[in-house]
Amino acid sequence: MPVKTDAIGKQWPAATYEVGAEKVREFANAIGAANPVHHEHEAARSAGFRDLVAPPMFCVVYCARAMGPAILDPEVGINLATMLHGSQEFEWDEPVCDGDVIETTASCKEIYEKDGKGFYVFESVSTNQDGKRTVTGTWTNIVRGV
Amino acid sequence: MVELKNLKEGDSIPELKVTPDKYLPHRYAGASGDFNPIHIDPDFAKQVGLPGNILHGLWMMAQVARGNAQLADGDPRALRRLSVQFRGMGFPEQELVVSGTVKEAGDGRVLIDTVAAQGENQVIRNAQAELVAK
Repeated sequence: MPVKTDAIGKQWPAATYEVGAEKVREFANAIGAANPVHHEHEAARSAGFRDLVAPPMFCVVYCARAMGPAILDPEVGINLATMLHGSQEFEWDEPVCDGDVIETTASCKEIYEKDGKGFYVFESVSTNQDGKRTVTGTWTNIVRGV
Repeated sequence: MVELKNLKEGDSIPELKVTPDKYLPHRYAGASGDFNPIHIDPDFAKQVGLPGNILHGLWMMAQVARGNAQLADGDPRALRRLSVQFRGMGFPEQELVVSGTVKEAGDGRVLIDTVAAQGENQVIRNAQAELVAK
């Protein structure tokens, strides 16, 4: 059965995430990011950041709220039970700091079938309260047995 | 200490070795918001045909990010881009080794090909990081 491709080009409403110091510390601890700039306000400021700064991979936290509705959208039609996270790319710009408000918009870039698997490629674009881009993500999910 | 700006094509980067403990997937689930039971419930994981609960792919990607960022003392501004392919299942209580080789270096920009493996099991392959030297 060929994969449904109707959702290519679809964009979902922006999702907002408010960054807080304790969430950044919790995430930094879970991934082992020990640099004091992720844990102490003063260390971050003296290193030239606006405030306590998130590790780059914290983007998965603030993007999740935008990616969930895209991946779960019935129009996309992903079978979650057989879905794998195939590949991931992030390109970072402005650092994300305590107190930032990040808005992320997800869109569907590609849906195609290869070797009996469905490939679903989404893009996320995140910007902060000043309109500066913080990260662009390319999320590729693979669904077996389509 | 390896300095980012002194790296040249073909150089190996220092390995990052980390052994996630049994409960790491629970802490990462809380930190990231990804509570998929295949990561935190060994019984559920076995019911769906896995050997046990498996590490979050994005946690493993974060280790690849860290292995590269350590070249800049963990400065989060150094890492500009990272792409990875998830090609295997990672497990708690097994050492994860992140290793890499410089593919290109010049003009303050370094591209590093990176792999993350548990023993012979390459869980992340074809990863490429782009770093900028200050």
